[in-house]
Amino acid sequence: MRGYAGKFLEIDLSSRNIKDTKFSDEVLRDYIGGRGLATKILWDRLGRKWETVDPLGPENILLVLTGPFTGYFPGTKVCVSGKSPQSNGVIGSTVAGEFGVDLKCAGYDGLIITGNAEKPCYIFTCDSQVEIKDASPIWGKKARETLRFLVRKSIAEIKDIRPSHGEVKEPSVLYIGPAGENKTRVAAVVAKYAHGAGYGGYGGVMGAKNLKAIVAKGFGPVPDPYDKEKVIDLAQRFSERNFKMERFRRWGTGGGGYFFGAETSSEPVRNWQSEWHNKESYRKEEFDKYWVKKYWGDFGCPTTCLKLAVLKTGRFRGAICDNPDYELEAYLGTNLGIFTPEENIYLSYVSNELGLCGIQGGAVLGLAAELYEKGILTKKDLDGIELEWANVEAFAALAEKVAFRKGIGDILAEGVYRAAIKLGEIKGANLLKYAVHEKGVAIGAHGVRSGEDFISQNIAYACSVQGGDHTSSASLPIDQGGELSSIMADSAVFCIFAAFGIEDNEKISFYEAITGWKLTKKEWYKEKALRILHLQRALLLLGGPDAKWRPKLDDDNPPRFWEPLPSGPYKGKTLDRKKFEEARLEYFEAAGWNENGVPKAETLRKLGLEDVEAKLKDVALIK
Amino acid sequence: MLCSKLCGMSRDERVWIKRNYGNCSGCRRCEIACSLYHEGKIWPEASKIRIFMIVPGVEIPHLCFQCEDYPCVEACPTGALSVNGKTGAVNVDVAKCTACGQCIEACPGNVPHLHPEGNYIVICDLCDGKPKCVKACQEGRWNTLMLIPREKEVSYRTLAKTPVELTHEVARQILGEETAKEVID
Repeated sequence: MRGYAGKFLEIDLSSRNIKDTKFSDEVLRDYIGGRGLATKILWDRLGRKWETVDPLGPENILLVLTGPFTGYFPGTKVCVSGKSPQSNGVIGSTVAGEFGVDLKCAGYDGLIITGNAEKPCYIFTCDSQVEIKDASPIWGKKARETLRFLVRKSIAEIKDIRPSHGEVKEPSVLYIGPAGENKTRVAAVVAKYAHGAGYGGYGGVMGAKNLKAIVAKGFGPVPDPYDKEKVIDLAQRFSERNFKMERFRRWGTGGGGYFFGAETSSEPVRNWQSEWHNKESYRKEEFDKYWVKKYWGDFGCPTTCLKLAVLKTGRFRGAICDNPDYELEAYLGTNLGIFTPEENIYLSYVSNELGLCGIQGGAVLGLAAELYEKGILTKKDLDGIELEWANVEAFAALAEKVAFRKGIGDILAEGVYRAAIKLGEIKGANLLKYAVHEKGVAIGAHGVRSGEDFISQNIAYACSVQGGDHTSSASLPIDQGGELSSIMADSAVFCIFAAFGIEDNEKISFYEAITGWKLTKKEWYKEKALRILHLQRALLLLGGPDAKWRPKLDDDNPPRFWEPLPSGPYKGKTLDRKKFEEARLEYFEAAGWNENGVPKAETLRKLGLEDVEAKLKDVALIK
Repeated sequence: MLCSKLCGMSRDERVWIKRNYGNCSGCRRCEIACSLYHEGKIWPEASKIRIFMIVPGVEIPHLCFQCEDYPCVEACPTGALSVNGKTGAVNVDVAKCTACGQCIEACPGNVPHLHPEGNYIVICDLCDGKPKCVKACQEGRWNTLMLIPREKEVSYRTLAKTPVELTHEVARQILGEETAKEVID
């Protein structure tokens, strides 16, 4: 087995039992790592009782998995997963940073965390020395303080383990902020200050386990690949291609805050009421003024598309965040009626400090603001907050309430879908039409109404097994890119922003050179990726206990996406219901699902998923 | 050049790696290049250049400063360390090194560190005058590491600092005085 460390660290927080877990070559060949393997582990261990497993209960399993590309592909991420408190299915949520490399260098391909701790704790691992430590000094603390405490303490402890080593380089840390601790469904698992695995809501899963952080330090090498020369040669070629993409390197996704509004009319504005704006104040050059680092990245990255933004003066002095990247420019900017970089940077900083996912947390602030605009939510409901569009202080105050589940924040902490239902019950109105989500996951800041965005297909979110996740959108034809390609990125685990222009065949060559295992494009699209997709689809449809998606009926765009665009060059444009239904049916058929989107028994058998067939028969999804 | 010819001296061919800390993207491609060249593996902890990130955003490439008086070489009790006559780098004789750590103590920047698996010290050897880390940094146009001719008159020792000292310095530079304080202290 090449390219893998060969073992996974399994920790049961209830019994404090720590052990190594291994998977057979067959399992790794089929499910690779990251998202694919997470889905397999979850199905094997929780599948039969999936509907009853509370994502925020002790039964859920938190997975932090690398893949064979970790450390070798130029652009490193790690995949966080479990039963999602947003979709109630499985989401592979990736976050950049050195964590995956440290974990591999410590001798582990991933972490499998079960149970829940009695008291706040964090996991510390330095090579094979693994401990569950007391997190009470940092429970309740925000990002900066949490990280500072853990880095300092861990460096001192590593010095104790290796007293004569010399200066000890800091370990990698994944942690949660108050939003995770308070089990909100809009909390991210965070690395550094602002790198988050946000989709899925796994910050809340960590919080439910009383797990504040995971600290990893590895002194070993990245596990040897099968054909080192080929791996290094390919990695260099991929890098050189990235070096040439100076425009993207220079501006990152942060160039999108103006572009996707002004040019493609696909940026959420005021809770998606519009997708167009042409605010000059939001041009990339205006953001550039606050970037103290114009090229910032993580382990092995040739692109370094992140930027470090700092407010050194003014009323928000002290705010630090990365970029903000496009998603945060939108969700903590335009979608709240905010159009100045300074306020957007400040609000991103507030959100990061609280450990909120910028997208999921931002989306729920946008929902609340529209309900306030429409007079459905009042100043009294909001404990005196005047939630006018663009009122950055008001949004910051409300974000704090969400993260700590204070007042109305307790409802908003449930995320757009659930908050709309709960507030609707209180107000006696159907508020779901204002919730822009797909399967409980607030939709990434790329609208499909104009048809001009790079995510342009009408089924992009409706048919995705990860709901609103814009990094895993569905498209036709099914076997060219789309979600099956996202499964490759999230399972081999690499950064899609360092993979522009790298063909499937090249990724497969890279995979073969690392693992020494043969793979063809056909095998990937017709078998392996499809198998993972089916498992995710089955678990998504099983759902529960609080949310259940109706096949086909809920495989739809949110109501807002059916409204015509109210302004801009694409004014009046919207989706066509008939075309959408045709595309959806075509996608279902191409995936091997019936007309309702339920995996067919024959397809499941072909993929060797007879146990899934049995389960779907049990719950009468398959007749 | 002309001056050295007139003085009858041959030009010093020795090089020095200049660091522009504020530019470091934290990509760590220098660590990858270094460990691949010296170890044949991607091995951040065995790399002779290490990126310290005590504070995210303040990444510090840390490697030998090549002090003109080589306090590490002087402090070595076993004669394991020597100065390479061609490049001016500190060479480590792995067989002689006992990992006593005296060179770390003597270094004004605490630069040397133990190899994670062998019982010997790791110090930058300038890759025989063509450092791989500089190449990796330059090809990505980050310009954090630059190869310059080593000047006889310059005291490189004054530039030697620990990762913590450098973090404070660079954080003040890029974050501003007050914010740096909030982040570090």
